[in-house]
Amino acid sequence: MAQLTLPANSKVHKGETFAAAAGAGNVRRLVVYRYDPDHEDNPRMDTYEVDMDSCGPMVLDALIKIKNEIDPTLSFRRSCREGICGSCAMNIDGTNDLACLRAIDDVKGDIKVYPLPHLPVVKDLIPDMSNFYAQYASIKPWLQSQTTPPPDSERLQSKEDQEKINEPSACILCACCSTACPSYWWNDDRYLGPATLLQAYRWLVDSRDEAAGERLDQLEDPFRLYRCHTIMNCTNTCPKGLNPALAIAEIKKMMLERQH
Amino acid sequence: MTNDNRPLSPFHHYKPQLTSLLSFAHRLSGIALSFSAVGLVYWLMLLADGPVALDRLAILATIPGRIVLAIVSLAFFYHLNNGVRHLFWDLGMGFEISRTYLSGWLVLIVTVLMWAVFWIAISGLPGGQV
Repeated sequence: MAQLTLPANSKVHKGETFAAAAGAGNVRRLVVYRYDPDHEDNPRMDTYEVDMDSCGPMVLDALIKIKNEIDPTLSFRRSCREGICGSCAMNIDGTNDLACLRAIDDVKGDIKVYPLPHLPVVKDLIPDMSNFYAQYASIKPWLQSQTTPPPDSERLQSKEDQEKINEPSACILCACCSTACPSYWWNDDRYLGPATLLQAYRWLVDSRDEAAGERLDQLEDPFRLYRCHTIMNCTNTCPKGLNPALAIAEIKKMMLERQH
Repeated sequence: MTNDNRPLSPFHHYKPQLTSLLSFAHRLSGIALSFSAVGLVYWLMLLADGPVALDRLAILATIPGRIVLAIVSLAFFYHLNNGVRHLFWDLGMGFEISRTYLSGWLVLIVTVLMWAVFWIAISGLPGGQV
């Protein structure tokens, strides 16, 4: 059922402020969502004043500096710090992005940092992504074929066929798009969401895959595919510049075309 | 380990975009038009009843009546134009971000123009003076 308001245990309260050391010249304020599963308290917004003269340029740099120097209890996922692992996806200044790719200078005023929207929060900026991954697994994101491959080579593709899967293959499954989608917020139990559908498209257009019929059968459902209403938040927010909305429209076209 | 008491992360603060606002407006105008379809049928029934029943339509000439008509007609033109935008999307066209913004502004401008022309045109009809 659509969750239009936050449940009582999820209402966000005011938190503490960690002031910058005296003498810090170039200070930016990060207002960060905090939730501690070991206490019964509601989530809160803590404010950290960060001295930018000794901090890297990205939001992730500031978060790491906070964890190292100000508050070691702050929890967030991060790994590659160069936009290829997708771990540090979070809501920054109102839109979803990778913290490692969002420059602090691009945000005006206080930098508000929340976990990805409308997900259960494990701790601080770490959401529970189990449902997202289960949905990804449900589209069988691997090559399916009935025929045997050539005995002396791989299954080859033309350059044109490869280019069709080039862009959708660049998705890093950071979930920025899916958790930006209001339709996904209201129906995340039944609607697959833009990231998973972009991957469904990636296998549908793969010239080596032989399960397109079964894949489309699985998507032919009032919710799994057709809850996309072209709101475009997905494409607007994708940190990799991909276009899940277009992929979903192409799947809808495939559905129509196979009826004739 | 699972914790059944996990909070739901906030989502109301998600920054509105032109694209998402227009999508929301499409839904709202659709709902408004669904209700006004009932009014349209009632209007047609009154017309069929002849001139006596037309007195009941005088309510539409009052200020609140005119405001309702103004909103319904705006919803109609918006839903029509944005519906055409959706038809292009259904063909797989215009999905680049720059184009979605271009088509969004275009829909808004054309909607206001059509709405203005419509009201100027009917204000020239008998009984249509504002």
